[in-house]
Amino acid sequence: MTTVSAERLAAIFVEVADTLVDDFDLIEFLHMLTERATTLVGAAATGLVLADAHGRLEFMAASDENVKLLELFQLQYDQGPCLEAFASGQPVINVDLAGASGRWPRFAPRATAAGYQSVHAFPLRVRSQVIGAMNVFGDHRGGDFTDADVPLMQALTDVAAIGLLQERAISRGEMLTEQLQSALNSRIALEQAKGAVAQAAGISVDEAFLAIRAYAVGHHRKLTDLCYAIITERGTAERITSA
Amino acid sequence: MDDVRLAVRRLIAASVRPGTSTGMFLHQVCRTAAQALSASGAGISMMTTDGTRGVCAASDPVSERVEELQFVMGEGPCMDAFATRRPVLIADLGAGAVSRWPGYAPAALQDGVRAVFAFPLQIGAARLGILDVFRERAGPLSATELPMALHFADVTVEALIDRQSDAGTAADADSLAVDVGHGAQLFQAQGMVMIQLGGSITEASARIRAYAYAQDRRLDDVASDIVARRLRFDKDQP
Repeated sequence: MTTVSAERLAAIFVEVADTLVDDFDLIEFLHMLTERATTLVGAAATGLVLADAHGRLEFMAASDENVKLLELFQLQYDQGPCLEAFASGQPVINVDLAGASGRWPRFAPRATAAGYQSVHAFPLRVRSQVIGAMNVFGDHRGGDFTDADVPLMQALTDVAAIGLLQERAISRGEMLTEQLQSALNSRIALEQAKGAVAQAAGISVDEAFLAIRAYAVGHHRKLTDLCYAIITERGTAERITSA
Repeated sequence: MDDVRLAVRRLIAASVRPGTSTGMFLHQVCRTAAQALSASGAGISMMTTDGTRGVCAASDPVSERVEELQFVMGEGPCMDAFATRRPVLIADLGAGAVSRWPGYAPAALQDGVRAVFAFPLQIGAARLGILDVFRERAGPLSATELPMALHFADVTVEALIDRQSDAGTAADADSLAVDVGHGAQLFQAQGMVMIQLGGSITEASARIRAYAYAQDRRLDDVASDIVARRLRFDKDQP
């Protein structure tokens, strides 16, 4: 990884500002953010988890949505960099996965087997509350975030929180819970939709995700609305197939 | 967190005898929820996707009236929670809620309800109804009450899904082992089985759960077989 370029970071903030208009899709927004974060620091993959009401971290979005990477997020409900960043409110940086099997006995070997060499995690904060984490995987040994990179990546993580709060002005404390629950449920609907399209088209769930996303872009539909339609409106899953 | 889940399951299991009707089951869930959440009452309305109401239940006559009110007025936290698929948590009906629900809020306040917390009974795109929790005093649910309320909603959804298949009576505290995990694969499997059956996502979910109970297997393992296409369900197969 290289030192974060200020120009590229500025470009991302402009894109974020453009996206955060009245009617945007949260999951799509988080996907965009994880993709940009990945290219910004030359990482292998970036993902985002949100805590549910029970403090359990649930996967929300990643730069590269495949089964292996999803597993690495699911593993982190009881150990791993996301859980540490979430619990401590502090970033976890430049951890060499090869040497981390004592720290995370289940997570580290699986992450190494998936081809990653280093890992970092940044807490996702809303005011004083930590609500999730952004996870960066590198394919360089040990990773090499410089001291200057850390606050920039944290700023990018904070942008994810802004997106989460944007859909409606958060005037009441309860609204954060409402919004989080809604986001978590949207993610479940996305998994259901992946399954439906995979079955209808005879493709893998990873391919189904790409097909759904392409259809949403091609037909100017919000990703989440499309996922609900795939499950509740007969024939929709089959249409994605022929798209 | 599994402690809360287990506690909620036990509370519900203890209050529901096998063979009770859905109406009676929902009534018991309402009573148990109201008690556990220090609420004055609770109500459940089952709703279809087009927003029409099916079976409903409440812990007590006042809650029943307030639950009813939303459908008479055509507005309220419950309707909003259903439409937006998110909880609607109103810690003080007197503060700003009147402009949001000009018909419902004054009438509910008249009945002595100061706070309403509406939780969708849903799993992803599967939507069954709403659990409403009512309080006579203003104030948010506490940090321990909120997760518990969400568990009440989750456990109720699972029990309602199980009632759709003949595995209904399996929804007791012992079935905890079956649903630990709930990873992405389970939801993917629900989508796949939905297409295999040509039915709804709720039916698919019921069939997968019934199969796991019948085979005495973990839900996640069954889901994994479905996604790997080692297991499929057919319309005609029981």
